[in-house]
Amino acid sequence: MTTENSSRTSTVPETDSEEYSSVNPATDMIDCKLSRRDFVKTVGYFTGAGALGLQLISVETIVECAPLEFSASAHTVELTVNGLVHKLTMDTRVTLLDALREYLKLTGTKKGCDHGQCGACTVLVNGRRINSCLSLAVTHQGDQITTIEGLSGGEELHPLQTAFIEHDGFQCGYCTPGQICSAVALLEEARRGDASFVTPDLAHTGRVELTPEEIRERMSGNVCRCGAYPGIVQAVQTASRTL
Amino acid sequence: MIPRSFEYSAPGTLDEAVALLQKLGSDAKILSGGQSLIPMMKLRLASPPHIVDINRIPGLDYITEKDGFLRIGALVRESDLERSELVRSRFPILVDTTSVIADPLVRNQATVCGNLAHGDPANDHPATMLALGAIVVAVGPRGERDVPVENFFPALFTTALEADEILREIKIPIPPPSTGGAYLKLERKVGDYATAGVAVQITLNNSGACTAAAGIGLTNVGFTPIKAVKAEAFVKGKQLDQAAVKQASEIAAGESHPVDDIRGPADYKRDLVRVLTARAIVRALERVKGGV
Ligand SMILES: Cc1cc2nc3c(=O)[nH]c(=O)nc-3n(C[C@H](O)[C@H](O)[C@H](O)COP(=O)(O)OP(=O)(O)OC[C@H]3O[C@@H](n4cnc5c(N)ncnc54)[C@H](O)[C@@H]3O)c2cc1C
Ligand code: FES
Ligand code: FES
Repeated sequence: MTTENSSRTSTVPETDSEEYSSVNPATDMIDCKLSRRDFVKTVGYFTGAGALGLQLISVETIVECAPLEFSASAHTVELTVNGLVHKLTMDTRVTLLDALREYLKLTGTKKGCDHGQCGACTVLVNGRRINSCLSLAVTHQGDQITTIEGLSGGEELHPLQTAFIEHDGFQCGYCTPGQICSAVALLEEARRGDASFVTPDLAHTGRVELTPEEIRERMSGNVCRCGAYPGIVQAVQTASRTL
Repeated sequence: MIPRSFEYSAPGTLDEAVALLQKLGSDAKILSGGQSLIPMMKLRLASPPHIVDINRIPGLDYITEKDGFLRIGALVRESDLERSELVRSRFPILVDTTSVIADPLVRNQATVCGNLAHGDPANDHPATMLALGAIVVAVGPRGERDVPVENFFPALFTTALEADEILREIKIPIPPPSTGGAYLKLERKVGDYATAGVAVQITLNNSGACTAAAGIGLTNVGFTPIKAVKAEAFVKGKQLDQAAVKQASEIAAGESHPVDDIRGPADYKRDLVRVLTARAIVRALERVKGGV
């Protein structure tokens, strides 16, 4: 997506991306009732006026920013995560990924690219695997969300977790929660008989045999920077035989 | 990056959604799969003040055959096509197309209708829908209307939809017997948009010649998805032997208008259209004969 857009910046219709472009996202996240001029001024303070300026800013910020709860674009949503219901009032812009990590402190789900390109943020929503970074939290009222934290039964690991350990399906482990969640859904898709790009016979219905080629294709949304792919493929294949 | 602030509504019916869109005008953007809109909003290439989420509207996730058309509802996800027995047995070209779009995670959210509504010439379904002679059904305050897909993409990132219209359904005519289709795409890696892509649909008559129903669509080699009308006209009435396939593919390449970019120089892409067109015709012919 990034490359796609960057290759076409000249043809994309005029945008308003210059506005707030120099503003720190963390500040921006708070729905401030500041005009653009105020922001320019505050940025100026940051860069020009040193410590005194910073102090001035914080006073201004307190006076002029509406707290998040009272923001016009705050929404209340009940998120069901790993069987527990959480009632959250959030800015509409919060992604499911940020809601899990920043609000519910379920930090097993990782942020890699934040643009749907790496799969580190994979979670299960009503059994379907999705990139939680490309999904708004407010859209998940009533959905059943499962994260890596919800796969094991207490001390007893999910068979895919066991298989990943057994086959060295990771190195640094950053992509692993996403890989495992993705694989859980993959096994169900294969059991149900969904086709993939490498499925030789589309007319064949019923369980798909998970050859290494099928596993690689079906795991293609989950990138591993450490290149633990051989172990990942073996782990998924082992789990497909035991589940 | 974090998007600009926006209001969020999730109407429960199509009527409510249309009324909301009518009220908000160009302030609103429809959210379906979100796999193009959310990245655009994060990059602040789009900053709609109001998001109208249509995912809560029941009854829009159908894939059915009715009154001579295959009908794909607004909330059918790409992965639903890989799952549908109807699609797999009768429209393998749709499985060809969906299975090379992004990756399984993105396909679980992205909708087929959103793929057209986004108006991106790099998207894969437009070429296929051009080859299939599909019709877009739009619903708005003035009721429902049919737009043939060849009139749906007037300019870059622009569609025939008005700001208060929802793409409710894609209708694909059920092809006559002795029809086959295929979509081929070259991508640099999984998840990449096409360097080029070609969709071909052909129907043969009793003597084995191509009928007038031939369709050829091209992906990401112009500012809009391209219907290769000259190549279509050329194959009409022809026996598609090796020489005819070669000539048709050269004509299709001539109809493409690629530009140099990170995916390669224009000449390379034009040649790619030639190669992919020839291969797609051969694959479509295999499918006419019952191959999959
Ligand atoms: C990593 C990644 C890789 C990708 N690779 C590819 C690829 O290779 N090929 C490809 O074709 N696509 C690709 N995509 C794009 C993906 O297929 C998009 O999801 C699709 O283009 C838009 O569908 P959506 O349902 O997600 O729409 P959204 O993102 O929800 O909407 C896109 C636009 O269409 C409008 N819209 C959506 N639905 C409707 C409707 N029913 N009626 C009216 N307007 C509507 C929205 O308002 C918005 O302007 C990729 C996406 C990602 C994140
Ligand atoms: S963080 Fe979501 S796909 Fe990379
Ligand atoms: S184990 Fe390090 S990214 Fe996959």
